[in-house]
Amino acid sequence: MSTVNIQINGKPITVEKGTHILGAAKQAGVKIPSLCAHPDLDAWAACGICVVKVANSRGVSPKLVRACATECVEGENYITHDPELNKIRKTIIEMILADHPQNCLTCGRNGSCELQTLAAEFGIREIPYARNVKNMPKDDSTGAIVLDPSKCVQCGRCAQVCQQLQNVWALEFIGRGEKTRIAGAGDIVLNETPCIKCGQCSAHCPVGAIYELDETGKLLAAIQNPDLTVVAQIAPAVRVAIGEEFGLEPGEITTGKIYAALRAIGVDTVFDTNFAADLTIMEEGTEFVHRFTEKKDLPLITSCCPAWVEYMEKYACDMIPNFSTAKSPQQMQGAITKTYYAQTAKLDPAKIFSVSIMPCTAKKQEIKRSDDMFSSGYQDNDLVLTTRELARLFKQFGIDFKNIEPQKADSPIGQYTGAGTIFGVTGGVMEAALRTAYSLVTGDELPNDAVDFTAVRGMDGIKTATVDVKGTPVRVAVAHGLKNVQTLLQEVREARENGKEVPYHFIEVMACKGGCIAGGGQPYGTEDEIRAKRIDGLYADDKKSEFRKSHQNPDIKKIYADFLEKPSSHKAHKLLHTHYVPRPTYKK
Amino acid sequence: MPTDQKTETVFSKELENFIAEWKEKPGNLIMILHKVQSEFGYISRSAAMKVAEMLDIPLAKIYGVITFYHFFKLNKPGKNVIQVCMGTACYLKGGQAILDETAKHLNIPVKGVTDDGLFSLESVRCVGCCGLAPVVVIGDEVFGKVLPEQMPEILANFSE
Repeated sequence: MSTVNIQINGKPITVEKGTHILGAAKQAGVKIPSLCAHPDLDAWAACGICVVKVANSRGVSPKLVRACATECVEGENYITHDPELNKIRKTIIEMILADHPQNCLTCGRNGSCELQTLAAEFGIREIPYARNVKNMPKDDSTGAIVLDPSKCVQCGRCAQVCQQLQNVWALEFIGRGEKTRIAGAGDIVLNETPCIKCGQCSAHCPVGAIYELDETGKLLAAIQNPDLTVVAQIAPAVRVAIGEEFGLEPGEITTGKIYAALRAIGVDTVFDTNFAADLTIMEEGTEFVHRFTEKKDLPLITSCCPAWVEYMEKYACDMIPNFSTAKSPQQMQGAITKTYYAQTAKLDPAKIFSVSIMPCTAKKQEIKRSDDMFSSGYQDNDLVLTTRELARLFKQFGIDFKNIEPQKADSPIGQYTGAGTIFGVTGGVMEAALRTAYSLVTGDELPNDAVDFTAVRGMDGIKTATVDVKGTPVRVAVAHGLKNVQTLLQEVREARENGKEVPYHFIEVMACKGGCIAGGGQPYGTEDEIRAKRIDGLYADDKKSEFRKSHQNPDIKKIYADFLEKPSSHKAHKLLHTHYVPRPTYKK
Repeated sequence: MPTDQKTETVFSKELENFIAEWKEKPGNLIMILHKVQSEFGYISRSAAMKVAEMLDIPLAKIYGVITFYHFFKLNKPGKNVIQVCMGTACYLKGGQAILDETAKHLNIPVKGVTDDGLFSLESVRCVGCCGLAPVVVIGDEVFGKVLPEQMPEILANFSE
C-alpha cells in the first residue's frame, strides 16, 4: 500500500494514496462539514460546503478545493477551518436556504435534517438573498416513499445510490442550471419507473426530499378500534437498530424492549418475524433439497427481499423459474397469523389487524403485491411500519425505551432460533438454510461448533463458497447491493447458454448493502461502521440462542404437527408460497 | 437487461442502421439522439424508450441528456416554429416583449405548441443578423426590427 504524507492544519498525517482530503481530515479527527458527500458513494462535489485551502499554493491567494473530491497530494498542508472558509461555507448554506422551503416544522425530516443541522450550527438567522422556492407537487405514487422535489438540494445522493449502488435507475436529474430538478426516470411518477421501493434514496437523502410514507396513524386507529385484535411482528434487523433512536449503541439487541414498548402503545399480541424466518427455512430448505437432488431449476434463488423480487421481475425475469416460491417471512407470518393463530386463539380473522415492523420501505408495497398476499382469505398483513416510524410512535407515547423492562413474545408463533435472527444480514438466509439443509440431506445434525458458515459472512459485495455436505459439494453465492447481482446472474446465464453445469446451486440476494440491517427504513446515518455494529448484534443474538437451527424451533415443530402437516404440503403451498410474473420496467 | 416494452415508434431502416453502427462506440448517445430528432423533429417518449432498448441503457440517462441540452425537443413542434431571438442585441432591443406578446397572443408558454398544432414558440440565442434586431424567425423566414404589436399580423400570414 503506497501512502502520502500530508498535513491537516499543520499537523502531519500519513494516509493511503488516493484518500480524499475529507477522509484524511476524518482520520486526523477533524470534521469538515458537507451536505452531499456520503461514505457509501463516490464524491460528486455538488454542494461545495467542504471547501478547504491548499496552504502551499503558488500565487497570491491560496487555492480553494473541495475536500470530498480532491485527493491528498504528497507534502501539502490543507487548512480546513479559518474565518474565511467559515464565511464561504456560511454563504453557501444561505444560498441553499434561499432556494429551500422553510416549512421545517411539518417536514418528514424535522429534527433529523442535515441542512437544518448545518443552519443551526452556522447560526443562520436570516437569508440575505432573494427567495427562490420552487413549488412542485409531491409524488407518493409508490405507497412506500414520498418524493418532494421542492425540498431537493441537488446533492445527488439519491440518484447515485439508485443508479450506482442499486443499478435501478429510477431517479435522475431533469433539466439544467436553475431549472434542474430530481424526478422519476423519464420524468414520470416513481411508481411507473423501474423503482423497486428499496428506499435507499430515502435513507441517503440529507433533507426531506425523499422520505418514507408515514402510516403510523393507521396503527393508532386500529388500536383504538375495540373490535380489532392488533397483532404485531418485528423483523430481525429492527432489534439491532431502533435503539439508536433512543441513544443506545448500534447493534444493541433490544428485542424484549420492543415487545414491551409495542404492548405499551396498545398492541394486543406480539409475535416475531424471526419465527416466520424459521418457517421460511423449513419451506425453502425443503425446496432446495428437492431441486438439488433432482437437479432441477438450479440455482435456487432466495425471494425474501421484496425489492429484489421486484428488480428480478422487472430486470431479470428469465430467472423466474429459479426463484424460491417460498414467500418472505413477513408474508408467511401474516398468513399464519390469520389462520393458525386465529384458530388457536379462537379469533375471527376478519377482526385481526396485523402490523409488521420492518427495516424496509419495499415491505409496504409487498403486502399487496399479488393475490397470494391474501392467502388467509383476508389481506394477510394490514400495515407495515418502518423502524423509523415505530421509533416516532414510541416517542409520541413517551416510552422510556432505554429503561423499559424487556418482555417475551406471545405464543404460539413468537419463538425463534439463531437461524431466524440472522435473516437480517447479508449471508444470513444462506447460512440459516445451510444449517437445516445439511440435516435434510444427510439426516444428521451439524454439531454446534460447525453451524457458523463464515465464508458467507462479511461485507464483500459478492461472496462465494463451496460447502461440503458429507462429501457432496454445494456451491453457494451471496450478493447484496443490487449492482452486484448482475455478475452472478450473468455467470448463470452463460453456463445455461453453453449447456454447462450451473456455477452455483443456491444464491442469496438482498437489495441493500449489508442486508436488511441497512434497509431503507432503518434509522438515519447508516454507513459501514454502523452496518458492522448492527451485523455483530445479529450474530451475537444468534450465538446466544438456545437453538440455532430452524428445524429445532419447538414452535416450528408444533405448527407442522398441528396445522401445516409437513414442509411443502398442500396447505403449506396454499399459505406459504407464491409465484412471480414478468413486469414491465416502465409502465408508461 | 431484458425488457418487454412495446413501443409504437417505428424507426427508418437508415436510422436503425445508424444506431447499429454506433452502438458499441463510446460517446454515441448524443449523436444518435441528434439523428432521431432529425427524423422526427423531436424525441418522443416512445422514441427515447426505443433508443434505451437498442443501446441497452437506462431511460433515466437519456432523459438526463435530452432535458439538459436545449437543442433537444421533447414535444412535437408546431407546423410553424416561431423563434424569438434573445441574443444580446435582440434582448436589448426588446426581444423579451416580443416573446411575451407572442406567448400571450397564442396562449401558449415558451416551448409550448398551440392546440391546433400550427405554431410552437421558442426563444433562441443569436441567429446571426444582429443588425436587424430584434429578430423573429418563423420557419425559414426572418423578420427584422419587429415591434411586439406587429406579431398578430405576422402570425396571421401563417394561419392556414
